[in-house]
Amino acid sequence: MPRYVVATVEEIPPGQRKIVEVSGISLGIFNVGGEFFALRNRCPHQGGPLCQGRLAGILQAREPGEYIYSRPGEILRCPWHGWEFDIRTGQSWFDPRRVRTRRYPVQIEPGAALLAAADAPPDPEAPAPGLQKGPYVAETYPVSLDRQYVVVELPAAG
Amino acid sequence: MTLTAMQESTGSRTALRLVDCDIHNALASDQALLKYLPARWRRHHELFGMRGHAGAYYPRANPHAARTDAWPPSGLPPGADLDFLRAQLLDYWHIDIGILNPLIGAGGVLNLEYGAALARAINDWQIAEWLEPEPRLRASIVVAYEDGDLAAAEIDRLGDDPRFVQVLVVARTAEPLGRRKYWKMYEAAVRHGLPIGMHFGGSGGAPITGAGWPSFYIEDHAGMPQSFQPQLTSMIVEGVFEHFPSLQFVLIEGGFAWLPSLMWRLDRAWKLLREEAPHLRRLPSEYIREHVWITTQPMEEPPRPRQFAELLAQLGMNDRLMFATDYPHWDFDAPDEAIPSWLEPELRQRIFAENARTLYRL
Repeated sequence: MPRYVVATVEEIPPGQRKIVEVSGISLGIFNVGGEFFALRNRCPHQGGPLCQGRLAGILQAREPGEYIYSRPGEILRCPWHGWEFDIRTGQSWFDPRRVRTRRYPVQIEPGAALLAAADAPPDPEAPAPGLQKGPYVAETYPVSLDRQYVVVELPAAG
Repeated sequence: MTLTAMQESTGSRTALRLVDCDIHNALASDQALLKYLPARWRRHHELFGMRGHAGAYYPRANPHAARTDAWPPSGLPPGADLDFLRAQLLDYWHIDIGILNPLIGAGGVLNLEYGAALARAINDWQIAEWLEPEPRLRASIVVAYEDGDLAAAEIDRLGDDPRFVQVLVVARTAEPLGRRKYWKMYEAAVRHGLPIGMHFGGSGGAPITGAGWPSFYIEDHAGMPQSFQPQLTSMIVEGVFEHFPSLQFVLIEGGFAWLPSLMWRLDRAWKLLREEAPHLRRLPSEYIREHVWITTQPMEEPPRPRQFAELLAQLGMNDRLMFATDYPHWDFDAPDEAIPSWLEPELRQRIFAENARTLYRL
């Protein structure tokens, strides 16, 4: 699976997000209390820009009159119709089995490891490159040895 | 279906490919109408302000009932910034014609003369700040609908301006819309060949459901057909369509899955009770299919596609369904997603543009 550098860690403080385009796909990269998540920026309902939505918790009640508010900052609401998605899984709150948005694995990598991988000579036998510099890397993020980077893994095109 | 594919499939028969029948332009602030009001009403507006029936407005989940991404960078409220509306709606979806339905509440103001002055001001604001600068836009005439003479005067003032394409009323009025007090408004609309568009909402003084006042906005939102059904029933049973055989009536933002069952109930009742309203010479469903038009948003979303196909078959009004987004409101319908992509292209084209083009003579 190709991997893309999409941001430095400092660029997305806890509670914040960054919308990026990688390989023609718009993604939202979220920092929730130091953990990073990537979701497709498209609501499965009507195609709204999901990752521009508000992050909140989930309000539940086992019976009328009871209120339990939990998981603050982990539930993403579409800016159009307010459909709720779990930022950890991409699953919708009301129908987690069938309605979901795609989530992508995210890792934090030191610059040194990225540079070593990107500079390695291409191996003609390898099925797919292990790391591709995202479109942002070249212009915006000269990868330096001493910083931490957010890396997203996307399935190979086609 | 992707947007590009939709444009290709809907663009083959006419120059107009996409008509949005419900866009909400908003005031930049409550000062925005001052320059359009005469001095007498400007003073009243500043000293007293608007007063309608209270209680029917339930706070929405989102401020201004807007998509949270519809707040313009200019800082103006959603729907108040023409440039942003162009970019986010008209340009983004290649909308050829958009119809403005300002929901500012002039028609529900209890001081009728003030309401009529506000309606005039809103219409002049629409001309100066929306229709003049943006040729893709058309507008509804805002009227003080609770007074037939005042409403008719405003329709007569603007009815020959082709940029105004209908007369706007709301689903909650002081009396059912078939009552005679509203007939001068219909007479004026017919005089100018304008349909009456009845939009979701309003506040007429009665509880918003037949069972009284509910607790939650979700009851207001999902229960709006409770206002659309008696309004449409009243229009038919009072004989409005017998008296004004050319009058056309548009149901805006009320849905339509309820309409086949209403037609069945009314047709059955007419056979049993016809003598109570002898002026009804035909089945109620026949009046509906000859006088009523429907905007699509908020699209009914039955769980299975065949249920939607069956709904269209029961409705029998494929030539009277018209696409609408409801921009910038939170229950907005996206042109490329809301209308099922598996509908035959010819029907999609009718819903996206042809039906509106016929009704509004676009």
